[in-house]
Amino acid sequence: MKYMKSRPYLFSIFALGLALLLSLAIGSVFLSPSQLWAALSGHGTQTSTAILWSIRLPRTVLIALTGMALSGSGAAYQGLFRNPLADPFLIGVASGAGLGAVIAMSVKWPYTFWGLMAIPMAAFVAALLTVFIVYSLARLGKTVPTTNLILAGVAFSSFATSLTSFLMLRSTGEVRRALGWLLGGASQSGWTAILAITPYLVIGLGVLTLGGYALNLLQFGDDQAQQLGLNVTRAKTVLLVSASLATAAAVAFSGIIGFVGLVVPHVMRLWWGADYRLLIPLSIISGATALILSDVIARVVLAPQEIPVGIVTALAGAPFFLWVLRRAKNQGYW
Amino acid sequence: MLKIENLSVNYGTRRILRDISLNVQGGEVLALIGPNGAGKSTLIRAISGVIPSESGRVRTNGDDFQALSPIQRARYVATVPQAVSLPPAFTVWETVLLGRTPYLGFLGQPSGADEELARRALERVSAWTLAERRVGELSGGEAQRVLLARALCQSTPIMLLDEPTAHLDLQYQVSLLELVRELAHHDGLAVLIAMHDLNLAARYADRVALMDAGEIKALGEPGQVLRPEMIEAAFGLRVQVVKHPFLDVPLVLPDSRK
Repeated sequence: MKYMKSRPYLFSIFALGLALLLSLAIGSVFLSPSQLWAALSGHGTQTSTAILWSIRLPRTVLIALTGMALSGSGAAYQGLFRNPLADPFLIGVASGAGLGAVIAMSVKWPYTFWGLMAIPMAAFVAALLTVFIVYSLARLGKTVPTTNLILAGVAFSSFATSLTSFLMLRSTGEVRRALGWLLGGASQSGWTAILAITPYLVIGLGVLTLGGYALNLLQFGDDQAQQLGLNVTRAKTVLLVSASLATAAAVAFSGIIGFVGLVVPHVMRLWWGADYRLLIPLSIISGATALILSDVIARVVLAPQEIPVGIVTALAGAPFFLWVLRRAKNQGYW
Repeated sequence: MLKIENLSVNYGTRRILRDISLNVQGGEVLALIGPNGAGKSTLIRAISGVIPSESGRVRTNGDDFQALSPIQRARYVATVPQAVSLPPAFTVWETVLLGRTPYLGFLGQPSGADEELARRALERVSAWTLAERRVGELSGGEAQRVLLARALCQSTPIMLLDEPTAHLDLQYQVSLLELVRELAHHDGLAVLIAMHDLNLAARYADRVALMDAGEIKALGEPGQVLRPEMIEAAFGLRVQVVKHPFLDVPLVLPDSRK
């Protein structure tokens, strides 16, 4: 089991680099690579420097971090539930975290770093509660059938979304702004938001990356994993908390963006195999690539108007979901 | 080697295992037989530590299993499950190497010595040529051999097998059980194996334990335990027991005469 393969990493990082370049170059004003370089190194014109540093770079970085979080946690959820259709959005965690974030936003936090930190924290608590509720609802004895998991997830998701909408309609000003956010738009850009979620992401995704071997063992079921020497309860708890932490951080500032966490790990598994020690880091890297590209599409398709990136991922992801569903059925996953 | 003392297990309020006491010596194959629901699999799972026991103890060399962490336990006991629902995308090689888990860090990076053990384990079960194949493509017999190799790779003094021959064709049943017996008699492992087929148990086990309703009803050499009245009581079926035509073991035949 050689998991230190370099080819998949080189390929994924190269793709991410191209996506970054595209995202920084494209917009109302096109910036060529040389202009980009000049602005990055501090020799650019005032306009290009301003566009790059205060608009495009923070937005691209936030989108990249969001894609990393959703895709990395999606891969982990799929491994934890041993279910190819688990995704932060489909199992309701994203909506639950969204509800937590909106509750936190309706409290008047000061718009500072620490005030902002409270929002992912609330989203995190809500995400954990959601995992617990959905998992308990979906569980049948010792197994969690895919249908139950998705049904419970979608049902809880509508519940949380309705409650979120209710809260937003009741409130005024500040929180109404969150309406666009809820559709997944990364409208709350800015370096402060990036700073606020980075610690959550580093911890959450870091643990998931280190947990690849435990996830491999868990693919053989709880009994076998434990018989092979894994402390199953502890491993599952740590991984579940980490995945929910990453999801919550992403949702707190980028809203609910579906299907990234489903599609990217799936493609990675098809290309590079089922070893989670490889799958988790590759999903993290390529999650950034996928969401950056979706965001570029969201910006150009109706330019100068932008559409929420969540719409792009859903338009591409939902048909993919149906394809995986059919395929999973044929392969006898359930 | 493996000492089970007054072990009881509950599922909720229902008692599944009642006061089980059993010793398995190194170098011996002990077969658990009995009807479905007798508690054979539960006993295996309780020993391997995946379900908690209500009372009683499982020990080896004085170590109490309950006090051991999963990783310590996995250095004493390897379990061969039934080859159902294995993750299809893993390769045989990856699967067998997982047997080294109790000796690896949590990143699971195997050393050259670990890989050598995995290769030898695969050769031992005549499955080295399958190494690159995916588990999902294997036949039932091949998958069962791979799981046996994984257990071998754990380098434990005790091996538990949960009806490893249940879904296999006859030739695979025989070759698997030949190998299991060799592991006990030649390598000195203590082997506890749950089995369905009374005649295979009679032929390959040194001792058999007849279980029914969560208790051990009889324990001893095949000839002592596989007696018509014992089998009738446990299985609710009239049987004839005859001597095997050329081996010194009993042969159990269902009796359809009214």
